[in-house]
Amino acid sequence: MKKVAIVNYGMGNLDSVCRAVEECGEEPVITNDPGEIKTADLIIIPGVGAFKEGVANIKKANLDVVIKEQIFSKKVPLLGICLGMQLLATKGYEDGETNGLGWIEGEVVRFKSFSSSVRIPHVGWNEVHFVSSSPLFEGLTSGKDFYFVHSYYFVCKRKKNELAKTPYCNEFASVIGQDNIFGVQFHPEKSQKAGFKILRNFLAL
Amino acid sequence: MLKTRIMPTLLYKDFELVKGVGFDSWRCIGSLLQAIRVYEMREVDELIFLDIISTLEDRKPDFELVDDFADECFMPLTVGGGIRNIDDVKRLLDVGADKISINTQAVYSPDLIYDVAKKFGSQCVVVSIDVKKQDRGAYEVYTHSGTKPAGIDPVYMAKRSEDLGAGEILLTSIDSDGTMSGYDIELTKQVCAEVSIPVIASGGAGSYEHMFEALDRGKASAVAAASIFHFTHQTPIEAKIYLRTKGVPVRL
Repeated sequence: MKKVAIVNYGMGNLDSVCRAVEECGEEPVITNDPGEIKTADLIIIPGVGAFKEGVANIKKANLDVVIKEQIFSKKVPLLGICLGMQLLATKGYEDGETNGLGWIEGEVVRFKSFSSSVRIPHVGWNEVHFVSSSPLFEGLTSGKDFYFVHSYYFVCKRKKNELAKTPYCNEFASVIGQDNIFGVQFHPEKSQKAGFKILRNFLAL
Repeated sequence: MLKTRIMPTLLYKDFELVKGVGFDSWRCIGSLLQAIRVYEMREVDELIFLDIISTLEDRKPDFELVDDFADECFMPLTVGGGIRNIDDVKRLLDVGADKISINTQAVYSPDLIYDVAKKFGSQCVVVSIDVKKQDRGAYEVYTHSGTKPAGIDPVYMAKRSEDLGAGEILLTSIDSDGTMSGYDIELTKQVCAEVSIPVIASGGAGSYEHMFEALDRGKASAVAAASIFHFTHQTPIEAKIYLRTKGVPVRL
């Protein structure tokens, strides 16, 4: 069984992610303890929340330093979910301009609707189309629906970091990645079978 | 393409799954856990889980109960009832709610909408607006599980909530609730025309055609329903099969 650190930085939905990891047969631990994070085989940054508060919380506890060491020096796989993915960016614009963790270059900006029928936030099930191959997509068909709930999205600086796209307000990057660092804008823990498949693929890394 | 959601609503009172008519004559209709398991098995789009008694009895949300049920639920879950402050919200999100729904406090402490949106993001704030038609035909917002008139117009309430940071409106017609005679299309239309956040139509679904009307004429982004799923043979999946024939994008 792999030890999976679910980073607790005071921003919601920890329990759902924890339950999902358990269901996948691994050993989750919800933690803000650097010692626990250092001994984990995999790290998940979950998150429901606003960018500014999220970054502040994670930095306040010095968790960014610990996680950075693990993922860059020790190559521990990292998955950011929803806000957890957005925090990976260089910069975010929710509640004012704020520097992110900067682990995948890009910015997090608000959707702009161009029609009254396209409502913001983007809430519900939408397609995830793979644009490049990734171990996360093993055994999955491109175009399946996943559950989204967000008003901001990640704009990658480099195309190669975009692993999948979703059509909304044109389209946006719904899965991003760089080496052992991954981010998903949707909630795999709430996306039933397809979501669990992605989670299992991550846990198998 | 974003799919249109069909959302079963589970109302509960002291551990019991209940349903009423017009927010009244509540009756127990079975086990909550069983209902959740059935919906989990059927892979519904999203569940709405509302405690109808805690605000009335001045109680906090039952965090443990939500925790237990959320553990069974690998689908999106909106939880409401009895939320008074940001700490209640944090605890509900911690135990597995994806979104929280604020009703009474959205009228009496609208700043809570702002505070929650600022801390947890707009996307997790659903403002639930319960509406009753008055004798002269005007709509009025009600709070405390539909028992107290608030003297506010629902369109104004929806716009104010959006301005404060709400991410979604759950719009329920008290008059139509439990009647299975169709959603209040006029009400839905009025609110949807004035806000740019998603609106979930609720109250009155008795057939799949009713759902289509709320989406097509009412312009709702999603539909919630309870009685139709509790008391008839109709199911969320069949609703979606029907809606697809009408050109509505659904997840099947």
